[in-house]
Amino acid sequence: MRIHRRALLALAVATGLTAPSLAFAEDSIKIGLLATFEGPFTVLGEDGERGAMTAIEEVGGTVAGKKIEIVKGSSDASPDSAVRAARKLVEQDGVKVLVGPLSGDEGIAVKDYAKTQPDVTFINGTSAAQDTTLRDPAENFFRFSTDGAQWMAGLGTYAYNEKGYKKVATVAEDYSFPYTQVFGFMAEFCKAGGTVPSKSWVPIGNKDYSSVIAAIPDDVDAIYVALGGADGVNFLTQYQQAGGSAPLIGGSITVDQTVLTSKGKIREVVIGTPSAGPVADTNDAPEWKAFVEAYKKQPNAFPSPSLFAHGYYVDMKATLLALEQVGADVSDGGAKLREALSKLSFDTPTGKVSLDKNRNAIADIYLTEVAEGSDGNLYNKLVKVVPQVNQTLGIPEEEFLKLGVVGRDNPSCP
Amino acid sequence: MSALERPGTSADLSSGGITRRQAWGLFWLLVAAVLAWLFLAVWPDWLNAVLISKKAFVSAVFNGVTLAGLYFLVASGFTLVFGLMRNVNLAHGSLYLLGAYIGYEVASRTGYWLLGVAAGFIVLALIGLVMQVFVFRRLEGDDLRQTLVTIGISIVAADLMLAVWTGTTYQIVTPAWLDGAVAMPIVTAVKSNGEAVFMRYPFYRLVVLAVAIVIGIGLWLMLNRTRVGMMIRAGVDDRAMLSASGVNVHAVFAIVFAIGAGLAGFAGVVGGSALSVAPGEDVRYLLASLVVVIVGGMGSITGAAIGALLIGLAEQIGLVYFPTYGIVLTFVIMVVVLAVRPQGIMGKAR
Repeated sequence: MRIHRRALLALAVATGLTAPSLAFAEDSIKIGLLATFEGPFTVLGEDGERGAMTAIEEVGGTVAGKKIEIVKGSSDASPDSAVRAARKLVEQDGVKVLVGPLSGDEGIAVKDYAKTQPDVTFINGTSAAQDTTLRDPAENFFRFSTDGAQWMAGLGTYAYNEKGYKKVATVAEDYSFPYTQVFGFMAEFCKAGGTVPSKSWVPIGNKDYSSVIAAIPDDVDAIYVALGGADGVNFLTQYQQAGGSAPLIGGSITVDQTVLTSKGKIREVVIGTPSAGPVADTNDAPEWKAFVEAYKKQPNAFPSPSLFAHGYYVDMKATLLALEQVGADVSDGGAKLREALSKLSFDTPTGKVSLDKNRNAIADIYLTEVAEGSDGNLYNKLVKVVPQVNQTLGIPEEEFLKLGVVGRDNPSCP
Repeated sequence: MSALERPGTSADLSSGGITRRQAWGLFWLLVAAVLAWLFLAVWPDWLNAVLISKKAFVSAVFNGVTLAGLYFLVASGFTLVFGLMRNVNLAHGSLYLLGAYIGYEVASRTGYWLLGVAAGFIVLALIGLVMQVFVFRRLEGDDLRQTLVTIGISIVAADLMLAVWTGTTYQIVTPAWLDGAVAMPIVTAVKSNGEAVFMRYPFYRLVVLAVAIVIGIGLWLMLNRTRVGMMIRAGVDDRAMLSASGVNVHAVFAIVFAIGAGLAGFAGVVGGSALSVAPGEDVRYLLASLVVVIVGGMGSITGAAIGALLIGLAEQIGLVYFPTYGIVLTFVIMVVVLAVRPQGIMGKAR
C-alpha cells in the first residue's frame, strides 16, 4: 500500500515536472469554492469569487504542476444551505480541499460539519464569527482571514477619543457575525468610557428600517451600524429619507465597496463615516496596489476589492502556498497539507499573516473613513493601521474567554 | 364547541339589556378611543418606558399601515388570479421583481419616474397576458400542474434576472416632489421650554398608502358594480353558462390575468422606490401575498385589504418590540385564522 502510494506520488511529480501541459485526471486537484451566490449576500459572494480567482490566476491555474479545478458551491447565507453545499462538494464532487464559506453563521455550521470529515481540509472564506475558531474549534478548519471582533480594532477608541462620541446606539443584524462586530466595537468603546444605551437586532434580509430608525433614542451622539449587502443599503437609504442627523459609525461590511457602489441615495449620510476592517481602499502600499490591479482584471470588478474579495484571496492564497509545499498531494487524507497550513506565515497585500494555536489569523487591521474620490466614487480612506491584531484583541486568553460568548446581551454597558 | 357556547352567551347578553351587536359596537368604540388617545395625547412617562417612546410606537403603526398598502397592491393582483380564477400563480413574486427592474431601467434612462411606473404596469400586464394564453389556458382546472409549472417559471425567471441585473441592490430614485418628510399633526414630545415636537413622516410612503386605497376601491367597484365585474364573477361560478350566454370567457379571464400581473409590476416599481430592489424579493413578496390572501380570504378585495393591514402592522410592531420573534407573529396570525376561520376572514365557504 505504502509503496503503491509513493509510486503514484513519484509518477505525479514526474509528470508534473516533465509534462505540465498534459492535464490527466490525476494531474488536477479539485478545490471546492463555497460562497453566497444567492440570497441577500449575492453581491458579496460574487466578489469573494473574484478574490479567489485572482489568487488562482496569480499562479497560472496550476499548483505543484497540477491543474487547479474549481468546483463551486452556492449557499444563501443560512447555515443549513452552507452545510448542504459543503456536503455536496465533499460527498458528491469529492473535493479534499474546500475554501469557504462567506457568512458568520455559515462558518460555525461548516466548522461543525468539518469535524465529521477529518480527511477534508477546510479553509475559511470570509466568515468572521468569533466562535468559529475561539471556542470548540475543528482541527481541520483554518482561518487566514481575521474575525469580526479583530476587524473592529481601533474603532471604539477612535470614536470616543477623536470623534468625541460618548453615547452610541447600535443597529445590527441578528446573528453571530454582527454580535462579534458589536463585541469588538464595544470592547474598546466601553473601556474608553463610552456607553451604549440601546441595541437593535434586526432579522437578516429585513427591508423596512423606518420603525427601527424611529425607535433609536434621540439623545445619542452616533449610531453604530453593522448591516451587510442589501440590508446596509436599505438602512442607509431610509435613514437619509427619514432626515437622520446623528452621524454613523460603520461595521466592516456596512460601508465597504459592496454597499458604496449601490445605486441609490446614500452619499450624504455615509461620507465621513469611520469604520475598520481588514482592508482600506486608499492603502498606498505597493503590494496592495498590485493586488488591486490583478483584481480589476476579473469580470464586473468593483473600483476597489471589497473585504470579501480580500478574504477569499488571502484564504485561497494560503491554500495554494500550502498545496505547493506538499506537492498538491492530499492522498494521505490531507495530514501533510494541514501541517503545512498551520505553520504557514506569509505576506499578503495587507501585511503579514500567521495563525494562532486555534488556527485563527493574526493580521493587520485598517481604520478608515468614507470619502469621495476624485472620480466621484466613494472610497474608504485609510486613517491608521493597527498592526498584528490577534483574536483575543491583545487581552490574555484566560481573561478574554471570561468575557463570555458574544450575543445579543453580551457585552453590555448602558 | 362554539355551537354550544353561542346560545349561552347571547342569552347572557340579552339578559343584560344589550344585544351581541351592541356589545361589539361598544368594544370597537373603546378600541378607537384608546387608539385616539395613544396618538393624540402626550404620553406619561410610564407609558414611554413600556413602549420605548411615542415616536417609536406611532412610527411603527404608520409604517405598518403604509407597508400594508404595498402588500395590498401585490396581493390584490394575486387574489384576483388565485381566488377568482382558481389559477395558482406561484410566479407572482417574479412578476413583482421583474416590474421593479423594468421600472428602474425606464425611470433611470428617461429620468421620469412616472414613466417607469407606467412601464412596470404595462410590460407586466402584457407578460401576464402571454402567460395566461400559453400556460394557464392549457392547464385549466389542473391545480397541481399549474403549481409546478409556475414554480418552475419563477426559478428560471429568478436566475435570468440575476444574470441580467446581477445581485446589486437597486434603488429607484423618486422625483423631488415625492421626496422629503411632512409634519404630521401628532405631538410626539414636549420640549422643556414647552414647545411641542411634531412627528415628521416620509411623504412618499403616505402617497403609497393613498394609491393603494384608490386602487383597492377601484377594484372593488369594478368587480361589484360593473358589467365586466359581473362577467368575471359569473365566469368563476359557472363558466359554461356564461359562455352559453354569448360571452368570450377566455378573453375575460385573459384581461383579469393581465390586470393581476400588471398590478404586481406596478407594485414592484412603487415598492422598489420605497424600499429597494434585489434578488430574493420575488420569494419575499410571494410569501407575503400568500399569507395576506390566506388570512384575508381568497378572492376578496376587502379581505386582501384586511389581511395586508394585519400582516403589515404585525411585521412592523414585531420589528420594534420583539425583533427576534417578530417574524413568527405573521405566521401566528395565519395559524389562528386558519384554525378559527379556515376560509379566511372575508372568504366565502365553498
